[in-house]
Amino acid sequence: MSTSAPSAPAELRRPETPESLGALVRQRWEALKAGDVGSLPVLVFMVGIVVFFTLKVNVFFTAVNFDNLLPQMAQVTVMAIGVVFVLLIGEIDLSIGYLSGLCSVVLAELQLPGSGHDYPWWVAILGALAVGALIGGVQGSFVAFLGVPSFVVTLAGLLAWQGVIIQALGTQGVITVYDRQINDISNYFFPDWFGWALAGAVTAGLVGITIGRIVSRRRAGLRLGNPAALLLPVLLWSGAAWLGVAIANRDRGVPFAGVLMVALLLFWTYVAQRTTFGRHVYAVGGNAEAARRAGINVAFIRVVVFMISGVMAAVGGIVAASFLQSVDLTAGSGTILLDAIAAAVIGGTSLFGGRGFVKAALLGAMITQTIQNGIDLVGYSDAVKDVVTAVILLAAVTLDSVSRRRLARSGR
Amino acid sequence: MATTSPTLELSGITKAFGSVQALADVDFAVRSGEVMALVGDNGAGKSTLIKCVAGIYPIDAGEIRFDGREVHIHGPKDAAQLGIEVVYQDLALCDNLDVVQNMFLGREVRTPLFRLKEAPMEQRTAETLDSLSVTTIQSVRQPVASLSGGQRQSVAVARAVLWNSRVVILDEPTAALGVAQTRQVLELVKRLAEQGLAVVIISHNLNDVFEVADRISVLRLGRNVGVFERAQTTQQDVVAAITFGIPERESAA
Repeated sequence: MSTSAPSAPAELRRPETPESLGALVRQRWEALKAGDVGSLPVLVFMVGIVVFFTLKVNVFFTAVNFDNLLPQMAQVTVMAIGVVFVLLIGEIDLSIGYLSGLCSVVLAELQLPGSGHDYPWWVAILGALAVGALIGGVQGSFVAFLGVPSFVVTLAGLLAWQGVIIQALGTQGVITVYDRQINDISNYFFPDWFGWALAGAVTAGLVGITIGRIVSRRRAGLRLGNPAALLLPVLLWSGAAWLGVAIANRDRGVPFAGVLMVALLLFWTYVAQRTTFGRHVYAVGGNAEAARRAGINVAFIRVVVFMISGVMAAVGGIVAASFLQSVDLTAGSGTILLDAIAAAVIGGTSLFGGRGFVKAALLGAMITQTIQNGIDLVGYSDAVKDVVTAVILLAAVTLDSVSRRRLARSGR
Repeated sequence: MATTSPTLELSGITKAFGSVQALADVDFAVRSGEVMALVGDNGAGKSTLIKCVAGIYPIDAGEIRFDGREVHIHGPKDAAQLGIEVVYQDLALCDNLDVVQNMFLGREVRTPLFRLKEAPMEQRTAETLDSLSVTTIQSVRQPVASLSGGQRQSVAVARAVLWNSRVVILDEPTAALGVAQTRQVLELVKRLAEQGLAVVIISHNLNDVFEVADRISVLRLGRNVGVFERAQTTQQDVVAAITFGIPERESAA
């Protein structure tokens, strides 16, 4: 949090107002030079990956692969959303891997035919989500009320939930998911017309939000800024929506898992950016003492954030169980924990708290999962996959650390 | 102004931490429209007194009167309810949030469903900064981390006056500031008093104190030394009072 003491001339300068397009671009460029890199490296890198694998394998840049990739990505993305929240308050949650596994065991148990607890699909899903929230809340309470470092609390969680999974599945080793609705989560594809309707809804929503903002700013007598700056996000995001639907419709259609993923991204972005809770999350991550003095219940925020992390881990577990149509002893093991954390960080969430956006989960998961998908298609070994992911993670964290230093130096 | 009754009046305030007597029978008063300086050496009890007013420490004995009525301050919320705002030395700003977000932190304008209403917040931030003639902040949407020390102090002060506060207490507002920025902040302090607020400023810098304060309260070893009218005293007198203590000959409160 070091802020360099700026010189007096900066005080006296009455800077230009960013109205013209040129000024906006210049402003962005200055911010970039000062170390505020935004999503730019991720997008440039993404283009590079896509070009590389397209040249390498024929099947990579196809609608079929796109439709395969989305459900694969969904698990990492939804879990990374929880990680973003935890990182925003400057904590870490190492338990989400096995916690997601545990929640998928709960899900599978609750739908198991002939077991005496053969409940409908929605009970199974709610049960899994509740377990995730509860465990997240308990872990968060240790951090918030007792001051135990989150690293240790959730490391204990990592070990404990792994043990519980082994204990629960011990005798049979695997539970098959028979429920149609649950299996549809990762395996259902919407008809073409529904995909187009979704894309239309996205565009309509974006336009509506933008108009709403213009109206409320007008009413308050505030400047609107450059129309291009208002229009650009609308064009960019609805463009992405229409393109995504167009590609998916060439194959099986838009996957349910993809829609779920986008819906959760939108919901949590709203929570983070447009609600008092989200504002307080950023405040706690930026300066917990300042937040406390401003009357914010810091412990409450911390517990809820860990509950969000737990719930999103549960969603990830549900998506995974649906994808595999079964739950076995490997549930939540392997690279899923690090994939989710890596996704949040690669997407641009700072490990030091207070900086980042929910969309980082998508951007990061897009990178890591596209690479893993590409490597699978080319036929490289898992060893290559691990090393490549590691290199990207290191690069992302290095970028974060370096840009933080530059931001501090330029007094941002 | 000097004839009106005090907005905030403390009498006989006593506070001990274990065997350490931090405050012993301290009187203090500030009126609306005046700048009252609170000076004293390290350990004189300035911060303790302020924290008692802010509701961070409970007092052992004594009376706090606000607008002539006796009040009991049990926590920071009580103090804020009365309209007492403290700007601490470390400012308590979130570097990662912008000016508007910091100004409204913990008291956001929102709908019943916790949705933030950004436009009114931005509007009131701009109005408040304008009313205090804070013109150096280029955009209320820039993160506080990008502001200079003086600008940060301005934001912290503006946040304190945003809530129709009656008493604003500034703890060492000019420490760690350069010459130009100190000037900015002192101007701001004068403006607060002009707007009819009761302003308390704690400072070690007697030059600053003599520039803005109407009256100067001196504490020494947890006791009152006296209250000086700025116009009728010199820095030497005040230094003597801070260092050696002198009889309460000029106590006017």
